[in-house]
Amino acid sequence: MLARFVCPATTGCLGLAAQAAARQVGQWSRAYAAAATTELTVRDALNSALDEEMARDEKVYILGEEVGEYQGAYKITRGLLQKHGAERVRDTPITEAGFTGIAVGSAFAGTKPVCEFMTFNFAMQAIDQIVNSAAKTLYMSAGQISCPIVFRGPNGAAAGVGAQHSQCFAAWYSHVPGLKVLAPYDSEDARGLLKAAIRDPDPVIFLENELLYGTAFPVSQEVLDKDFTLPIGKAKVMRQGKDVTIVAFSKMVGFSLEAAEQLAKEGIDAEVINLRSIKPLDRATIAASVRKTHRLVSVEEGWPQSGIGAEIAALAMEECFDDLDAPMGRVAGAEVPTPYAANLEAMCFPQVPDIVRQVKATVGRA
Amino acid sequence: MLSRIVCNSSLGPSSLAQLACSSLHLLRHVQRQLSTASTASAAAAAAPAESTSQDAADTLEFPGGRVPFTHNMEFLGGPLTPSSPRIPCYRTLDGTGKHIPDAVVPHDLQQQDAVALYTAMAKLQVMDTICYDAQRQGRFSFFMTCAGEEATVVGSAAGLDPRDMVFSQYREHGVLLWRGFSFDDFANQLYGNSLEPGQGRQMPIHYGSKELNYQTVSSPLATQLPHAAGAAYAMKLDGADTVAAAYFGEGASSEGDFHAALNFAATLGAPCLFICRNNGYAISTPANEQYAGDGIACRGTAYGMPAIRVDGGDARAVYCATRAAREIALRDGCPVLIEAMSYRSGHHSTSDDSSRYRTREEMVAWRARDPVVRFRHWLVANAWWDEEREKQLRHATRQQVIEALEKASKVAKPPVSALFSDVYADMPWHLQEQLQETLQVARRHPHLCPPDMPVQ
Repeated sequence: MLARFVCPATTGCLGLAAQAAARQVGQWSRAYAAAATTELTVRDALNSALDEEMARDEKVYILGEEVGEYQGAYKITRGLLQKHGAERVRDTPITEAGFTGIAVGSAFAGTKPVCEFMTFNFAMQAIDQIVNSAAKTLYMSAGQISCPIVFRGPNGAAAGVGAQHSQCFAAWYSHVPGLKVLAPYDSEDARGLLKAAIRDPDPVIFLENELLYGTAFPVSQEVLDKDFTLPIGKAKVMRQGKDVTIVAFSKMVGFSLEAAEQLAKEGIDAEVINLRSIKPLDRATIAASVRKTHRLVSVEEGWPQSGIGAEIAALAMEECFDDLDAPMGRVAGAEVPTPYAANLEAMCFPQVPDIVRQVKATVGRA
Repeated sequence: MLSRIVCNSSLGPSSLAQLACSSLHLLRHVQRQLSTASTASAAAAAAPAESTSQDAADTLEFPGGRVPFTHNMEFLGGPLTPSSPRIPCYRTLDGTGKHIPDAVVPHDLQQQDAVALYTAMAKLQVMDTICYDAQRQGRFSFFMTCAGEEATVVGSAAGLDPRDMVFSQYREHGVLLWRGFSFDDFANQLYGNSLEPGQGRQMPIHYGSKELNYQTVSSPLATQLPHAAGAAYAMKLDGADTVAAAYFGEGASSEGDFHAALNFAATLGAPCLFICRNNGYAISTPANEQYAGDGIACRGTAYGMPAIRVDGGDARAVYCATRAAREIALRDGCPVLIEAMSYRSGHHSTSDDSSRYRTREEMVAWRARDPVVRFRHWLVANAWWDEEREKQLRHATRQQVIEALEKASKVAKPPVSALFSDVYADMPWHLQEQLQETLQVARRHPHLCPPDMPVQ
């Protein structure tokens, strides 16, 4: 790729709206967390997870563009080159297909690569290696060749980066058997899920969010433990409620929690589920919640057709149709390539009022 | 340095750019201009440059490398013409299988090894012929032969260590045969039955073997090249004394992955062998439409790795080149490129009819250059082989292959549970559920199940 959006990790490169969003999310999480003892940014959560897993297992190594000398395009790998050396933090030439293929081949040969994409938009140039080589080889070789690799990087919209840097790939990767797909929201998610992903023997797609990197969340001592992991395939109920279930992942979890606050003022008690894992999808937790609340709304940044919300709608039909008092509501991004202009971009992605409006419609109080 | 002199005389940036590519000749031109400039110091600064040595003035350390300058404007290279210089092709046996006097043969083959090589090539030929016909008879869906390339594949296999990891394209089953894959193993894979390690997951000829260090064949072209570079890098990190060996055709070398793999292996210093079978055709695309330069070997040097072109029909030359390449890769910690020139005597696959795009005369001419026959001539000349042994080998192999196919056709297909296992290392709950559901449906409605599929 010739053009690159390289965002040094300063808030200066974030749009004002995005900065405001980050602040709001941070404030919200400070309010809900109970016995938290430390504030940790998502960036530091990821960085510490990588550092600890590399120290724990010498087979783990990192490769990608700008991960070493530059300290990472988004500074996620800051300090790791200095600490672990050039053979374990490799700067690569510009070829996603190339370095992904090389990472996959080295995984076949017994290493545990963490392959960084500057954004998952660029991973499209490597998607054959991800799907046809990493995802399918264990099956095609009947268990003889495994690929313990983690593909990570920012996914979905950032702020003012245009159509080719803003797509959400959760639906695409969650489609493929052989891949596990994770989407952390806060710092606890980031640490626990990344450590679990690196330790997992299967190929894992780890979808981060650029705008959340700088956001600090309170974390307990347990989260800071070097062996802290979260189970893959389990969602987390962020907020208990009885009137409606809101299912979201990544940044939309924060927006959903804000929406729940606003809805509470109007007497609507929303339960917010943070998926954490897109594949395997925690159908049981979603169904159990719907059995309690009888109403369901999904929220995602990505496009609606064949998106994660579509899958949640299917599972609602299959698992808890009889428990629904109303059809499921779906909040998704506008079905357009993301425009650049800040006002147009803001209209493209779900905002808190959109979630509030949909929830009210679903509970019949529009 | 020229650029510093120019700075001192405070010429403008555009002049600086012009001067950046000059030689001593142009330096003198500059000095003439400088002598008309205001400052005496400029002239004084220019004067020492005239007495500076040629070397210092004629090279510059760009970030992209230290390069010598020239005042000639010369474009190098261009489309090939009959008189273009080509990388020569190494061989040790002539077209009739006679040893070429003065041929450099760093690892000559003694009788035992030569016979082993020959019998492997002959068996490969017999197996290919029978399996091709078996496919035409409808016994399995697909097959690919390596007719015309037996020497390339078996010769290079013999030059590798059995622990070297092979990343093949699809026409290198001779490597498997050399390493000990049995006719039963081949037949089981072709039939996709429950005995084959791949559990019927892959279409025919997509062999793989963990014990024999042969990566399962993967259909998308050239994706195995970065894999091999990565595996070689892993071996380097481990301090292993093995290499990764990637095979590919000249057509696959047009893929983006080829470029990335070679460039990367070179910058990483990965001990990886890139072995190109330039067999003249990529399905129907002839090599002269595949590339406009001097084939594939020249690309190796461009990426900063040693490269050799070898006669793919000369088993001994291929063997020597592969062994030597392996030694270089391990000794110097670098990739090596081998381009083996040969001819694809057979069709691309059982789905192809190559008479549609090449002449009968061409195919007949190349069949006459059969590398197996050529090698046999050398063995016979050394009194290491004869007619009688030839007949016996061909006859016995034919029987064995036919028997293996017969046996494999009767083995049960993989069971229903093979459908859902190995998607992940541990079967997640949703696949367990789907497996149970499928088994229930299959037991309730046996007529819906394929007859040769165990319901378990």
